[in-house]
Amino acid sequence: MNAQLRHLAVVATVLIAVLIGATTYWQSWASADLANKQGNAIQNVVQLEIDRGTIYAANGMRLAWSVPHKKAGLTTYSRRYAGSSAFAQVVLGLDQSLGDYLTGTNTNLSNTFSQEIDRLGGKAVHGDNVTLTLKPGAQQLAEQLLAGRCGAVVAMNPKTGAVYAMASSPSFNPNLLQQPHGQTQVGRIKGTCGSGFAEGNRATQGLYPPGSTFKLVTASAALDTGKVQPTSNYYDPGYCVEYGTKVYNSSAPDSGGHEVFGNVTFAQALEHSINAVFCNVGKQIGASSILDYARRYGFYSTPPLETPASQRVPSGLYNNGSLWSPKNLANVDVGRLAFGQYKMLVTPLQMALVASTIANHGNEPTPYLVQKITAPDGSLVSATSPSTWHRPISAKTAAELTQMMQLVVQGGTAAGVGFPSSLNVAGKTGTAELNLGNIYDSWFVCFAPANNPKVAVAVLVEKQYNGFGATYAAPIAKAILENLLHS
Amino acid sequence: MPLADPYLLPMAALLTAIGLTEIYRLGPTSAALRQGIWVVIGVAAFAATLIGLRHDYRVLERYKYIFGVTAILLLFLPLAPGIGETINGARLWIHFAGLQFQPGELGKIALIVFLAAYLRERREVLAQGRLKDWGPLLVIWGGAMLVLFVTNDLGSALLYYGIFLAMLYVATARLSFVAAALGLFLVGAYSVGRATPHVQERITDWLTPWSSKPVPCFFTGKLALRQECASYQLVQSLYGIAHGGWGGTGIGRGIVTFPNGQQIVPDQNTDFIYSAIAQEIGLIGAAALLLVYMAFVVRGFQIALKASDGFSKLLAAGLSFGFALQTFVIVGGILRVIPLTGITLPFVSYGGSSVVSNFFLVAGLMLISNRANRESTA
Repeated sequence: MNAQLRHLAVVATVLIAVLIGATTYWQSWASADLANKQGNAIQNVVQLEIDRGTIYAANGMRLAWSVPHKKAGLTTYSRRYAGSSAFAQVVLGLDQSLGDYLTGTNTNLSNTFSQEIDRLGGKAVHGDNVTLTLKPGAQQLAEQLLAGRCGAVVAMNPKTGAVYAMASSPSFNPNLLQQPHGQTQVGRIKGTCGSGFAEGNRATQGLYPPGSTFKLVTASAALDTGKVQPTSNYYDPGYCVEYGTKVYNSSAPDSGGHEVFGNVTFAQALEHSINAVFCNVGKQIGASSILDYARRYGFYSTPPLETPASQRVPSGLYNNGSLWSPKNLANVDVGRLAFGQYKMLVTPLQMALVASTIANHGNEPTPYLVQKITAPDGSLVSATSPSTWHRPISAKTAAELTQMMQLVVQGGTAAGVGFPSSLNVAGKTGTAELNLGNIYDSWFVCFAPANNPKVAVAVLVEKQYNGFGATYAAPIAKAILENLLHS
Repeated sequence: MPLADPYLLPMAALLTAIGLTEIYRLGPTSAALRQGIWVVIGVAAFAATLIGLRHDYRVLERYKYIFGVTAILLLFLPLAPGIGETINGARLWIHFAGLQFQPGELGKIALIVFLAAYLRERREVLAQGRLKDWGPLLVIWGGAMLVLFVTNDLGSALLYYGIFLAMLYVATARLSFVAAALGLFLVGAYSVGRATPHVQERITDWLTPWSSKPVPCFFTGKLALRQECASYQLVQSLYGIAHGGWGGTGIGRGIVTFPNGQQIVPDQNTDFIYSAIAQEIGLIGAAALLLVYMAFVVRGFQIALKASDGFSKLLAAGLSFGFALQTFVIVGGILRVIPLTGITLPFVSYGGSSVVSNFFLVAGLMLISNRANRESTA
């Protein structure tokens, strides 16, 4: 029987050797793969055991931080947020996208070493702290001014791209999400526009027809190609002919009829936002030129920012809900495109970048929200240095556009807003038609002071009755400018 | 027992100590306390066996049919109405006087004693391979199928039948028997499996534990991803093992509970204790643990080789192989080598029946080694 016994002993030994092999497989080769699986409860708890770093506003105000809980010998951390709805979308987004820093996974060498010591000693791992460029005063003001309406505000430094305020309404208290049923409650927020999605950041993922603010892009193309000068003369009969039918200028705010301006310069056409003139300029320079300049401004690409990629979308022509690059430009309604209707959809961030470019001598800054990241011991992990994203227009074109935008505020569509002349604001109104009767999306993009711009702002207020840009959006922009320039 | 194998008991003690430590770590403390009491009972059973059979354990051969009947009774005891209990879809438990017990664990030892005695007696006849001698073989095959069918437990059926096959091979040296019997088992297991949703589900969970789309959930009847329903335990246990990595998290530092104290993997201290240990002591520790099992099995086979009579050889081989196969079935199930079934890891898992029957097993091997060494030195 001994021969059989030896065979069987080999079988039994092999069985256990297989177990050693399988254990090796799971604990080495497959280990990283399993750690990244959705629903890995162990990794979820590991995350809870990390003391995630704090997110600070530019002035040092805490926006997000961790609170320890001790239970059954286990110390876990839960997240707390500044108890205001002003920062919800941006801070929750950054809390997710900066996870590698906040958990200390992505960090400098000395910190990695001290973390490893902590881990071996059974102490909590501390993540890095993040300081944002957001200014709480402007951010909270933007949120208050939007409250009760749907919309977004983006305010930034036009030279560096540092974002001072990025508000989205409707909003919510982010601490709500930590509570049972909080997610459902937030999901139910619809806002006055009826299509809430409070968790989304409307400043970077909301797509809206730009209306007349898009005339800045059309004018950029017209001026920068040299085909049109600010002094070029146009005749406005009150309408423009598109596909054989008359497309009328919008109604004057105080009169029942359509505005008719007669003989005007191109600069005056922007000042008074004359659709008929821009329609003809569009036909003159062509859709390819307008779309080319839109692309130069960064349309058709997702703007860079530290928030999650899922919370940022490109601006451009949209057809049936997806970004559309027309192959045959004859299909494009260039007249309507030139004054910002047709299928053009933009994000408030993109429009703030257009204003910043004009303010910054034709250099479009790369927008950023993160000023710096520091290790728990205070050492610097990384700091953002301002950079240029694109150079869509020449300095000369930018200077011409700046002058034309000053006219808008001094005697044009935004003259009635009451911008103090000391602010020296350059701006552009937008009243985007939604095919909802007298309900419009109200826009205002601007920067100030025009001679040495320090702040650029884009404001969007959704679905307002007789929602002229000057009526709803511009006063918000004025308050934000005053807040940021006077502080 | 002056001449008994000097390594078996220390290894058993080491495994028991690792098990107790981990059970205490996993909590609650009452479980560790109860396990401690079971270890005391196990050691008492061990001592009683050594003392009771100190002259010649081969008297057991005379009572082979009593062992055979006892084995069958113990295996089918969980089916008895009133005391039988179904846990996790398998009917392997009985409970009385507030205690839960898996009688199959003791049944396994009784079965090995019976088979050793029976096969020693019939090995020449069986080896001739006449058709009429296939009768008992078919009876045992039928018994294993019945166990599988009524207890819904593939693991136990595999364990009992595997022990039988191994001992049949040792006794007859006929690989063709083993092959035929294995074929019969696979055919039978396949058809029984088809008819038994629980067994079928276990096999599906083994082959595709991660589903990309929601599938009907076996427990709730609703649609859910398989890894969130039927294969939840398997998958989360693997996550735990993977989290341990090379060096492990350290005992007490592994993640076995949610922040609210609820266990991430249910049955962590019984069926899934290997996963907790592998997470906390890492690949280095888990491989060392498995090497202890391997050393135990190798010692067991050395005893079988050294023993002079057929009964002793068969008994030692059955006990050693049963020990190895049980380890393989549970750890292999956890590691997705084979479909997962709920049996205990010898000496380490929480559970009274397991501890006591494994101490019987050590006692048996020590008795055989003592006699074999006495004979070789005499």
